[in-house]
Amino acid sequence: MTFKKIVTAAVVASVALTAVHASELKGRGASFPGPVYKAWTAEYFKATGKKVNYTPTGSGDGIKSIKKRMVDFAGSDKPLKPEKLREAKLYMFPTVVGSIVLAYNLDGVKDGELKLSRAAIDAIFTGKASFWDDAIIAKDNAGLKLPHEAITTCVRADKSGTTFNFTYFLNKIDDAIKVSKKPTWTATKVVAGKSNSGVSANIQQIKGAIGYIEYSYKTKLGLPAAQVENKEGHFINPTVKSFQDAAKYASWTAEKDFYAVIGDPAGATSYPIVAATFLLLPAEKTVTNKEVTAFMEWAYTHGDKAAADLGYVPLPATTKDAIRGYWETKKIK
Amino acid sequence: MGGKLFRNFSFFSATLSFFLLVGIFAILFHYAQESMHTFGFDFLWTEKWEPGEDDEGGIFGGYIPMVGTLLSTIIAMVLATPLAMGIAIFLTEIASVNVAKPVSIAIELLAAIPSIIYGMWGLFYFAPIVQATFGGNGVGLLTAGIVLAIMIIPFMAAITRDSMNTTPSVLKESAYAMGATKFEVIKDVIMPYSKGGIIGSIILALGRALGETMAVAFLIGSVMHLPSKITDPTTSIPVLLANNFAEAEDLEMSSMYFLALILFVVSFIIISLAKFYFLGRKVN
Repeated sequence: MTFKKIVTAAVVASVALTAVHASELKGRGASFPGPVYKAWTAEYFKATGKKVNYTPTGSGDGIKSIKKRMVDFAGSDKPLKPEKLREAKLYMFPTVVGSIVLAYNLDGVKDGELKLSRAAIDAIFTGKASFWDDAIIAKDNAGLKLPHEAITTCVRADKSGTTFNFTYFLNKIDDAIKVSKKPTWTATKVVAGKSNSGVSANIQQIKGAIGYIEYSYKTKLGLPAAQVENKEGHFINPTVKSFQDAAKYASWTAEKDFYAVIGDPAGATSYPIVAATFLLLPAEKTVTNKEVTAFMEWAYTHGDKAAADLGYVPLPATTKDAIRGYWETKKIK
Repeated sequence: MGGKLFRNFSFFSATLSFFLLVGIFAILFHYAQESMHTFGFDFLWTEKWEPGEDDEGGIFGGYIPMVGTLLSTIIAMVLATPLAMGIAIFLTEIASVNVAKPVSIAIELLAAIPSIIYGMWGLFYFAPIVQATFGGNGVGLLTAGIVLAIMIIPFMAAITRDSMNTTPSVLKESAYAMGATKFEVIKDVIMPYSKGGIIGSIILALGRALGETMAVAFLIGSVMHLPSKITDPTTSIPVLLANNFAEAEDLEMSSMYFLALILFVVSFIIISLAKFYFLGRKVN
């Protein structure tokens, strides 16, 4: 008798819990926008009482789990081509723009002092230059005393959307480098770390190291980062201002589900290594999709400050309007 | 009634471990099929790990992680075994109780530290020391091997000490009475008597070193690159699996199951060889 009661109570409780659980939106994927999604979901919960749960597991995991319909939405730093989206019955739109910096560990060279030309970056990551005092680097840094120290390039050990966007930039300089989430690096000394934090830790620990990390890790850890030569030949410091200038040149259109990699944009003041991050939605799940777009609508309207504080760049107003139009045509607004 | 229940329960527990072993092997084998059919035995000699365009296909090979696993384990065992033996002998035969007790407790506590803590300590504190002393990047085979050794020493020392403690005092006292020196007693009485336990501790430590993931992931460099020097970064099987599991699909996932199967079989062979060869001979 008591046993029966306990079982009934347990069943009732679990049903009730699942019901509560169902109202919570679940998403996972790209770790690059992890910090800003965390800020948005927390503020959205405070403002509306609705829970959105995002787990930053990685772009590849996000794509995999949305294809299997394990989550309500997924994040990816790598945009999917329109035909791939149709094949998997997905919708896609960008959420925010971030940037990748080249952080280094060089005695006596402070933040923003090192200037890296496009040729120098190519030489470092392909192994054409193996020492810091190589002529190709020294050429643009006449005022600095670069040591005769071996260059250790710090890269990602896991497949990563950050790597995809960084190799996209490298590929614009040198077609020999393939755009990939996990390329085979040919630099003389390579050390790999897992996720942005692993790469940052390696840069901090290894003298003569240089690596590519997301901007917020640079500010959080106070790592020095280089000025990078942009498409028009200017050396640009990684700042929120130069990211905003870069984001203006993104060419997103609703017809192509906003498919565009925005790296290496035009503009004299644009920082060149910028990347957008995207959300993926399952086309047939109208009910949850409407909840996701409601959350994103809130983020586009109220979330710009939180994004900027964390070193991300909010989307330009025209792009936001284009996305709202996209939601309407897909009937998920 | 109670006796029967207990007998059935213990029988169930004993067979469960056997079925788990077979079950894990079967699952690894099943998921590794795709990779086995694609690469065959070439998988063992291929030095590449390159996913194809858009994550479809690619070339995968286990040579570098296999070499990395074996080398880091060998470095760890070579460094750890003599030190652990020394600790155990010191604690059982040489140190006074006042010294032996706190040292024993410290060693047991060291054995209980989670491996991620060794990894973090190794990366932030130990890697720069290795870089300053031996050159290289700081992270690499040598750093991973040394920290692995530090991790398995307490483990080996504690088990060896316990088995040395089981030597009957009658045997030791008789040897001393015959005029044997302390070194001779250790060498000719204690070591032979506790041989089984010592080898057991080495095997267990070997198993732990082969499969250690977190600490090594921090320290080995995780690069798909065959080391030419002892300080070079490389990768190991568990590290490669941990780093790539979340993102892999299809053929790459299958190749990782293949690697896991190889690690499973290699550990199994080493441990059973050691067990049957050494412990078997002792019984005879």
